[in-house]
Amino acid sequence: MTVVLETGGLGKQYGRRWALHDCTLSIPAEKVVGLVGPNGAGKTTLLHLAVGLLSPTTGTITVLGDAPASGRTQLGKIGFVAQDTPTYARLSITQHLHMGAWLNPNWDSELAAQRVDQLGLDPKQRAGSLSGGQRAQLALTLAIAKQPELLLLDEPVASLDPLARREFLQSLMEVVAEHGVSVVLSSHLVSDLERVCDYLIVLDASHVQLAGEVSELLASHHRLSGPRRDPATLPPTQHVIEQSHTDKQSTLLVRTDEPIHDPAWNVTPVTLEDLVLAYMSQSRDNQAVGRSTLGLVP
Amino acid sequence: MIEFQLDPASGVATYLQLVQQVHQGLRLGVLEPGEQLPTAQQVVGKLAINPNTVLKAYRDLEREGLVRARPGMGTFVVQTLPGRDEVALARFLSQMTKLLHAARAAGLGHDDIEAIYRTATRNAFAEGVA
Repeated sequence: MTVVLETGGLGKQYGRRWALHDCTLSIPAEKVVGLVGPNGAGKTTLLHLAVGLLSPTTGTITVLGDAPASGRTQLGKIGFVAQDTPTYARLSITQHLHMGAWLNPNWDSELAAQRVDQLGLDPKQRAGSLSGGQRAQLALTLAIAKQPELLLLDEPVASLDPLARREFLQSLMEVVAEHGVSVVLSSHLVSDLERVCDYLIVLDASHVQLAGEVSELLASHHRLSGPRRDPATLPPTQHVIEQSHTDKQSTLLVRTDEPIHDPAWNVTPVTLEDLVLAYMSQSRDNQAVGRSTLGLVP
Repeated sequence: MIEFQLDPASGVATYLQLVQQVHQGLRLGVLEPGEQLPTAQQVVGKLAINPNTVLKAYRDLEREGLVRARPGMGTFVVQTLPGRDEVALARFLSQMTKLLHAARAAGLGHDDIEAIYRTATRNAFAEGVA
């Protein structure tokens, strides 16, 4: 299996604060990877490390087999759309495309012109007068016309209305279907990514909480509800991610690769959103435990 | 050509929804042998889903022998759904009915039976996959 992005013990520190800590990941090629986490979790830091806009404090990162921004060829293989899909407000769409052609060795000007046409944009229009959705589509056009092997998108749909969001994701998926490009896109909303991702990474509190193929993650997690039960009495193959108890009832979210035979449980599948929230609250609980053992929380 | 729809509230995996819609199309005669399914690109352009999801659905249909992918041309229906074995269905229904009577005689209620049924189905299909 080819790997597009690999990190080992990767960390980035600002002053005393770790924006990303001990991050070890291996992202397979030809996937659409969702990078999910609340604001401030380290998503942007990870993406900026991957394109070489930041250099790591600790650990290693390899993108498409090389160090980020290690040379012209390597830069040409990566398309990056930063947060809020920045463009040059005073330049027209045509000028953006000319600039793209001038700066990128593998620029596909036919593809760029065709996309602008399909989007129904006027090439003479200045980027500053485009709607948010149109600007995002222009930024995506610039990123794909350079024909990258890996496309990194930082919160591409966060500021878009629902229709523009959908149109953007439709375009992006068409690009994936046609060009087979690998994609990593971040979002603080799982619902944005649910239908488009086949690989998920959950970042919270500067740490990777969960990473894997979406289908495997959904198949190996279940919600169990039944009579109250001490989770310590569960079979050792069932790992409790989240639990809540009333005096009579227990509800658990467990991870297991084995079928659940116990007839006392009512077993229901989990959604991607349930999963992400469960792992995030697990990470919050762990932090709270960490602080209280240090005596910081009474 | 068939047009896929998604029901996000159904809880059914997206690729399975696509598979089921092809099945239904074949049963209803909306899809016939020789007909082409939409390309992955056409489907994702409309539904904004991952192209691998469409390919996974088409691979499943291919394994069932219902469609065939012709490289460079697309995916085509080659066979319609086989008719159901009515005798086997009737036999299964009578066995199930007997089993349910036994469960009620043992004092199990509607919800108990539902829960057991769900567990049994899940286990049976999980074993089938593994």
